Amino acid sequence: MAEPVFVGLPRKLVGVTIDGRDIEMTEGSTILDACRQLEVDTPTLCQLDTLTPINVCRVCVVELEGSRVLVPACSRKVEAGMKIATDSDRVRHSRRLVLELLASSVDMSLCSPRVHGWMARYGATPARFGSEVATVAQPVKVDNDLYVRDYSRCILCYKCVEACGVDAQNTFAIGVAGRGFDAHISTEFDVGLPDSACVYCGNCIGVCPTGALMFKSEHDMRAAGTWDESRQSVTETVCPYCGVGCMLELHVQDNTIVKVTSPLDNSVTAGHLCVKGRFGFEFVQRRRS
Amino acid sequence: MDIRTTGDPATEEEIAAIDGLLGEPESLWQGGERHPADDHVAHGGRAVRSRRHLLLPVLHAIQDRTGWVSRGGLEYACRRLSIPPAEAYGVVSFYARFALQPRGALALHVCDDIACKCAGADELCAALEKDFGAPGGAWHRSPCLGLCDRAPAALVEGAGADYEARQIAPVTFAEADGVLRGGAWPHNHSTPLSPTLSPGGRGGLLRRVGVVDPRSVDSYLDHGGFAALRRAREMGAEAVIHEVTDARLLGRGGAAFPTGRKWESVRKADARPHYLVCNADESEPGTFKDRVLMENDPFAVVEGMALAAFATGCEKGYLYVRTEYPLARQRIENAIARSRERGLLEIDIEVRRGAGAYICGEETALFNSIEGKRGEPRNKPPFPVEVGLFGKPTVENNVETLINVLDIVIDGGAAYATTGTRDSTGMRLFCVSGHVLKPGLYEVPMGTSLRALIELAEGLGPGRTLQAVLLGGAAGSFVTPAQLDVPLSFEGTRAIGATLGSGAVIVFDDTADMKQMLLRIARFFRDESCGQCVPCRVGTKRQEEILERLLAAPHGDRRADVMLLTDIAQAMRDASICGLGQTAANAIGSGLTQLRVLNG
Repeated sequence: MAEPVFVGLPRKLVGVTIDGRDIEMTEGSTILDACRQLEVDTPTLCQLDTLTPINVCRVCVVELEGSRVLVPACSRKVEAGMKIATDSDRVRHSRRLVLELLASSVDMSLCSPRVHGWMARYGATPARFGSEVATVAQPVKVDNDLYVRDYSRCILCYKCVEACGVDAQNTFAIGVAGRGFDAHISTEFDVGLPDSACVYCGNCIGVCPTGALMFKSEHDMRAAGTWDESRQSVTETVCPYCGVGCMLELHVQDNTIVKVTSPLDNSVTAGHLCVKGRFGFEFVQRRRS
Repeated sequence: MDIRTTGDPATEEEIAAIDGLLGEPESLWQGGERHPADDHVAHGGRAVRSRRHLLLPVLHAIQDRTGWVSRGGLEYACRRLSIPPAEAYGVVSFYARFALQPRGALALHVCDDIACKCAGADELCAALEKDFGAPGGAWHRSPCLGLCDRAPAALVEGAGADYEARQIAPVTFAEADGVLRGGAWPHNHSTPLSPTLSPGGRGGLLRRVGVVDPRSVDSYLDHGGFAALRRAREMGAEAVIHEVTDARLLGRGGAAFPTGRKWESVRKADARPHYLVCNADESEPGTFKDRVLMENDPFAVVEGMALAAFATGCEKGYLYVRTEYPLARQRIENAIARSRERGLLEIDIEVRRGAGAYICGEETALFNSIEGKRGEPRNKPPFPVEVGLFGKPTVENNVETLINVLDIVIDGGAAYATTGTRDSTGMRLFCVSGHVLKPGLYEVPMGTSLRALIELAEGLGPGRTLQAVLLGGAAGSFVTPAQLDVPLSFEGTRAIGATLGSGAVIVFDDTADMKQMLLRIARFFRDESCGQCVPCRVGTKRQEEILERLLAAPHGDRRADVMLLTDIAQAMRDASICGLGQTAANAIGSGLTQLRVLNG
């Protein structure tokens, strides 16, 4: 039987200080929310507004007065009287090291320009660990016609696992396997996607911040040297298949759909689609000869 | 849940192992035969998913029976417990104990960790490698097996319907060779066991060890057993917590959190049920105190759990013991059963078995492990006293902590607090190993000097000089001969930048190759990092690589690499999720700065 739902009292305001500036936040907000409200640019990699914060990348850490260690801004809730520093030496050091450690082991070249901006801001020089160090480099997994998995670009942010699991799709086709530096995203016994529980919704691609998960169309065009975002336009439309009304963004290059996304802030999709909306666009480009 | 499986079916042996634990499947939906009714009724939802926590026991059942976990076996387990195979694969591949490739029934795990290295483990492993090939076949290299008082140590397992595991310590090459050639297993040296005790120290926490029959509840009762629990029930829960608070008892697992405050928080927590967890996953290299207690005084551990559960209002208790302690597990299970038979236990206590993961000694990683998940620590807050095991208020205590509580209830907190120092009250168990003449478990008052402790262990061999002491295990730090007068108390060790940690004291004389010890510690953390957060996952890997590079090239400019290590250390300490990453650079840092290992 369903339990009664308690709406609760209106939420209180909590006062915190960030870099000497006071701000009041509603109870339950995170330090990251407060930073954003104050327009303090805070680097994040594993955080996404549509997913449960799992604070594993540690690039958003801030210094909290009275805390022995730095705390993750993305998941730490504000508490009255918190005094937070977002640009202290310790914060800058940890952010720099997180970026350096990641970039020294993972191919981050397809990350967004913001990530490269943070690297420059914190002076990250991944090469200083030397050229002989271990990386996660490995061949791209191409085992179906819809999308590829290039785990040499994977920073293990867990977002795809969350999107495949309870945060969106509830399919549980992938998980984190192995341990330590060998930890990696995998299907059961590393079987190919066609043998796994994957339903090809592509929501893992939608949340991947590094290009490790990619439309096969994009992957092939990049390999052929024809991928050119400057020549792409984005057309907003509504998915023609069922009655839910998911909003689509069609990425079009040379009058051909090369990729489909949905905006994260869309109230219908929260960025997530199904296999039809994500990949079922071939019929649009069937042209009469 | 719709479980998609595409592998071969499970073998009869695997099905027998799993059904032996879970019972026969009731329907197609749980992996059984198809019945007509199955087409009309679906099983699922919360009731089925709530069996998730049985995943580790099921995986142990498969591993125990067949020596590895096959895809078919795992998929049958997934159907029985309604767990997606990808998630279950993530779990099985996380724990070192589970093999994902077929291997023989026999597995010999040889410890090559710090204390065993002092006793010739490297030579033993080299000899085994010569005769039996690289590790990974029938023999395996293992991190600390918790038998450091009798190093070098090994653990042998024989898979099958009559699975057996036995600790062998000390182990000789001839014994290991015999076991690997299918010979009889040497006598388990740990039964009967008489650990080295401090002279005159038998009045304390170890007073029943070697005296009481660990299998007999009558013997325990004859030695004052269950008096503390009885006394606690007379006093009432609040008075018990009052005494524990007055005793100023600090947790003995390593983090030194005030036990009274933890108990008070759980007692007052509104959410129900409350859980009690006894952390017996003792895996800190050089630590074996909890094993000695569980093997030799198991009823006291059970009584301590019952008492803690009474004081904090816990409905259910778990004892999580590392899989490398088969005798301790068996003795504790027996103690629970015998105590229950006599009506001495009001709380249900379940023993859960670890699966080869140091990280599961971290309190929140341990919760995840009991829940059938990867042993990844959780971010705190929320703290376990509010949101712990299964999301409920949980009190988690170390074995030694619970033993202390028994005496506190009998003698009173104020009397207890007269032993030790002002900030570190009571007696403390120290696991002394390495290059001392009498390695063993020593019980001394908090504040005793390190020098006096080493003297109790009869010091070094003739003609040898002290090189260093590793205090607190791999997560601790090195102490130099000049620092031997440090009082062994929380505040005393803190003052010199060291830590008591789990009570591990590994002594190195001038013959020890400290470079190899540092490398072993670096490898340990790289092996044992759970891989969740970046500073620890990549940091422990880089730390090992850079240390190898530094030690391999004795000349040249090493400042850049030392600076890298320092930088990594600070980020791991500041930004890692849990204590493993936060301490993973301590010993190596102190080795480089205090011991000047690079200069030697």
